[in-house]
Amino acid sequence: MTSPLLSVRGLAKHYGAGARRLRIVDDISFDIGTGEVVGLVGESGSGKTTIARAALRLIEPTAGSVVFDGTELTTLGPAAMRRMRARMQYVFQDPYASLSPRMTVGEILTEGLRIQGIGPQAARMERARTALIQVEMPPDALDRYAHEFSGGQRQRIGIARALALAPALLVADEPVSALDVSIQAQVINLLRDLQRRLGLSMLFISHDLAVVEYLCDRVIVLYLGRIMEMASSETLYATPAHPYTSALLAAVPHPDPAQRGRRTPLQGDVPSAAAPPSGCVFRTRCPHALPTCAATVPPLRELSPGHWKACIRDDLPQPATP
Amino acid sequence: MAAPKRSAGPTRRALQRFVRNRAALAGLALLVPLLLLVASYPLWLSYGPNSVDLLARNAPPGMRHLLGTDGVGRDVLARLMQGGRTSLTVASLSVSISLAIGFLVGALAAFGGRWSDAASMRFVDLAMTLPPVILLLVLASITGTGLWPTVWVIALLSWPVLARMVRARLLEVRERDFVVAARGMGAGVFHLLFRHGLPNSVDILVVYATLQIANAILLEAGLSFLGLGIPPPEASWGNMMNAAQSTVVLEHYVWLWMCPGAALVLAVLAINFVGDGLRDAFDPRSGLN
Repeated sequence: MTSPLLSVRGLAKHYGAGARRLRIVDDISFDIGTGEVVGLVGESGSGKTTIARAALRLIEPTAGSVVFDGTELTTLGPAAMRRMRARMQYVFQDPYASLSPRMTVGEILTEGLRIQGIGPQAARMERARTALIQVEMPPDALDRYAHEFSGGQRQRIGIARALALAPALLVADEPVSALDVSIQAQVINLLRDLQRRLGLSMLFISHDLAVVEYLCDRVIVLYLGRIMEMASSETLYATPAHPYTSALLAAVPHPDPAQRGRRTPLQGDVPSAAAPPSGCVFRTRCPHALPTCAATVPPLRELSPGHWKACIRDDLPQPATP
Repeated sequence: MAAPKRSAGPTRRALQRFVRNRAALAGLALLVPLLLLVASYPLWLSYGPNSVDLLARNAPPGMRHLLGTDGVGRDVLARLMQGGRTSLTVASLSVSISLAIGFLVGALAAFGGRWSDAASMRFVDLAMTLPPVILLLVLASITGTGLWPTVWVIALLSWPVLARMVRARLLEVRERDFVVAARGMGAGVFHLLFRHGLPNSVDILVVYATLQIANAILLEAGLSFLGLGIPPPEASWGNMMNAAQSTVVLEHYVWLWMCPGAALVLAVLAINFVGDGLRDAFDPRSGLN
């Protein structure tokens, strides 16, 4: 791969200090290439949103480096960072909270252009109109308020707001999990079409493995703020190497009961980030855990080119995946 | 259905709720004529507030002087109108100042980081623990009497409560997704504050302003009554009631203090009704329980 658009190394976000330090995410490293869609999957509370927001410096990372298109973001001055933000945009999970109730759709869509000092007002409105058409909304929506639209329409407006700035990187933070199932597919397809047409790089956060497989080139599996496994979609879904990934894939519902694999559901709950297990954070729920798993944090190792896992056991049988 | 060119925004919907509120409309029905009368009195009243009619000293209300005259023969109605101007001027100026201070201190606390938050909120704590009446008297005795000193005394007394409310609101607004989105588009503090913080605090500002105007009228009256506000011969509702410190006036010339007293009560009541109506209009949930 040539130099990636976004390169994250050793990213960490901790809250508090001393004994009460919460390591929400720790030692996260990944790349996103130009035009590449990377999926970030994990359970609620596994730190997906924290990673995305820390990578864009919407929250300040505790440690680590983020290089965007050759520029180190974590040490960038405020003014330069604000200019840089136009090139990386965020789509939020909740379309009801992400649009200001006091602005018309036109004001929402031109806000970023106004902030960035782009164009006269007429040109901004033209770009807002273009963005609305891109997300398949009628241009007369510009004069209306967000509360007049349905959840799916509001999410389209949220996507249009991100696109109005013509970003290179789009971070979509569970963009469909707040929507009706019938609407989800439309928005997913819209995102995929836009990504292909505009050549966007995308970080797609989800806990829906089927959607991630459909949309993403590469997948990062997260557990308790640590990367468990990272591989191309084909590799990950065909030959998951980490016991956690295998368990996640086994839990995906299958429409045909005959095709359904034998499930071994995970026991227990995700441990608290305030008291994570020693060594491998997954060992308390891992069916294959050994005593040595508690000793050291397993490093992320490259099994084959592009396929990484953080597990010391290489002797596990490949699970039969449908 | 033909879609309107620009549909109703949240402020217009709040106003629609406001006009359905009877008490608020009654307050408005009292307040608007009062303001019109006070503003236009030189046009329909031949007496000035300080013109003396020596032939009618302490005259009871009658045809010549509708609300009577005071001890030096000044028309009570004219003084009442001029006093209304003074009281409302002092009230609106002081509220404007305390709105500005309160909003900016609240903004500093919410957007300025942990240290400025701690510092400004401890300062607010300090300002709130000072006993108001004593602070008022001390401030007034330092600044002296007159319109602007009175305005500043009242303003400096009343901003801390607003600063608290604004801070709480802005802390909440700051974490809303659409504000994070603006930050993600490169917005600076001023954009966040004035394009998102201010519009989403308008409800508490408007409600605070109306209720605080009523409060400021009372404070001005209190200060002037004690001789620390608007000095005579300038008329204000407070210093007109100062006359009632004499038992003769209190017992025999009731129109001298009853008229400004009644004007005060009516104005404050009307403004409070309007303020309550605005609060309900901006917060639709408050009417449900």
